[in-house]
Amino acid sequence: MRMQPNAQFDGQPVPEGSATIAIELSEASVTFGRGDRAVPALSKTTLKIADGEFVALVGPSGCGKSTILRLVSGLVQPTSGVVIVGGREVAARAMRVGMAFQNPTMLPWMTIERNIMLPLKIVEPFRPKFRKLRKTEFRDKANALLEQVGLKGFGNRYPWQLSGGMLQRANLCRALIHEPRMLLLDEPFGALDQFTREELWAILQNLWMTHKPTVLLVTHDLREAGFLASRICVMSARPGRILDDSRVEFARPRTVAMTFEPDFVALNQKLRAFIEDARSAAEQGAG
Amino acid sequence: MFGIDVRQKAWSAGLIVLFFVAWELFCLMTGMSDLVLPRPSQVFVTLVQRFPVLWPHIVQTLATTMLGFVLGVALGVALGAIIGVSKTAYDTCYPLLIGFSSIPKVAVVPIFVLWFGSGTVPAVLTALSICFFPIVVNIATGLATTEPELEDVLKALGASKLDILWNVGLPRTMPFFFASLKVAISYAFVGAVLSETVASNRGIGNVMMTASSNFNVPLVFAGLFVLAGLGVALYVVFSLIEGQVTGWATRKNDVIAT
Repeated sequence: MRMQPNAQFDGQPVPEGSATIAIELSEASVTFGRGDRAVPALSKTTLKIADGEFVALVGPSGCGKSTILRLVSGLVQPTSGVVIVGGREVAARAMRVGMAFQNPTMLPWMTIERNIMLPLKIVEPFRPKFRKLRKTEFRDKANALLEQVGLKGFGNRYPWQLSGGMLQRANLCRALIHEPRMLLLDEPFGALDQFTREELWAILQNLWMTHKPTVLLVTHDLREAGFLASRICVMSARPGRILDDSRVEFARPRTVAMTFEPDFVALNQKLRAFIEDARSAAEQGAG
Repeated sequence: MFGIDVRQKAWSAGLIVLFFVAWELFCLMTGMSDLVLPRPSQVFVTLVQRFPVLWPHIVQTLATTMLGFVLGVALGVALGAIIGVSKTAYDTCYPLLIGFSSIPKVAVVPIFVLWFGSGTVPAVLTALSICFFPIVVNIATGLATTEPELEDVLKALGASKLDILWNVGLPRTMPFFFASLKVAISYAFVGAVLSETVASNRGIGNVMMTASSNFNVPLVFAGLFVLAGLGVALYVVFSLIEGQVTGWATRKNDVIAT
């Protein structure tokens, strides 16, 4: 059951084919701590995500959504079960995926451009070429991404000169600069106001449609999940399990106006019902 | 904007002048003996007259201070990096460090003298032992407070601990480091003078000790002025370096709206 220590996703594109599985969790459980103080975070979760899919994980807080992200990125090892990413078992090594959190964590002493290039300084095959190409090819790459998220010309600004929404866009650029096959987003827009958030949904949709990475998005916002995802997984309260797994078939590119149409609202309500059930079940369990 | 800055500086300078004028007037009006409190004008005259004699002592004090400071910084950075990177090391070492730092450094001078004789060595060691602690604390704090999210982002990319330390930890620590350097240089200076006063035949501390036993009070005060001047000069030098290296940490004051 244990994995080979050197197995790692090398960042190479997975072979073409619609049925290629990018992420596979089988009976994966995670327990933090040991003995009496053990906290089960995820229980026997099975989930298959195809290459290029956009999957949203929703559920009550503390249900293990972030734990799934951390499993896929290699930051956490499953206590039992198997996690296969990019055709290989996740080992002790990280998976070179792009990640973005609610907090944009741009380094304040670097310009936005250099912040975005940071992954190139670390990830193979860019790493050995970083010193040589950081002023030419890599910088162009960073600026091309910045342009795509509407931040053209902001590359040489410092993080404190940008608003929260702009920083979060830069954060998405940083997560994508090394062309990862997988993008893991943990409530990336949670701290933004409604309008900025909707603006960033469109930007993220656009990035996904052009770069086609496999995306795993953790969110509390059901409209966000419906707008962005091609598939939504609802999770139960701690320890998390997947309760419902449904496809979202709305045509792309989706617009904010669509989120007020009856079909969309119906989907929203269905998801809401699942989460309410999960929450009340958790409360009964606790009481 | 510019005007306010200049006015602020003028006020600061004015306060310093006012201080000396008040002192001078106080001595003149009360007819204070210069054996108790010499007038600043007397002190300045003594300072200028005795400068050739004072100069080698100034050099001595500066040299011991700098040597102790450099060694203290090296030791402090190394120790701070170790306990800042590892939580276990942090928790393990902290009580002992607090213990060491709580010892009044005057108390260790006799021990250094016992081991190394009087003179330069105990002065350097005292400077070192007194100045390394703020550096350890600041480096360790800077490293220990790196955002966990950013660490996760980099770890997910396959970054090693060294990658994270080099690209994030150390630059992040720089403002803490320079803030501690300013404190440390003053501490080192205090340590060196302290040790010279107790056990040395060279340095400003020794000059002041000798002068006071000869009741040459203006010379004691001249020594004090030299110390104040050197202290301010060293502080200014490190502030300037700090501004150059870690300007990003204070630049928030002049936000450019976008």
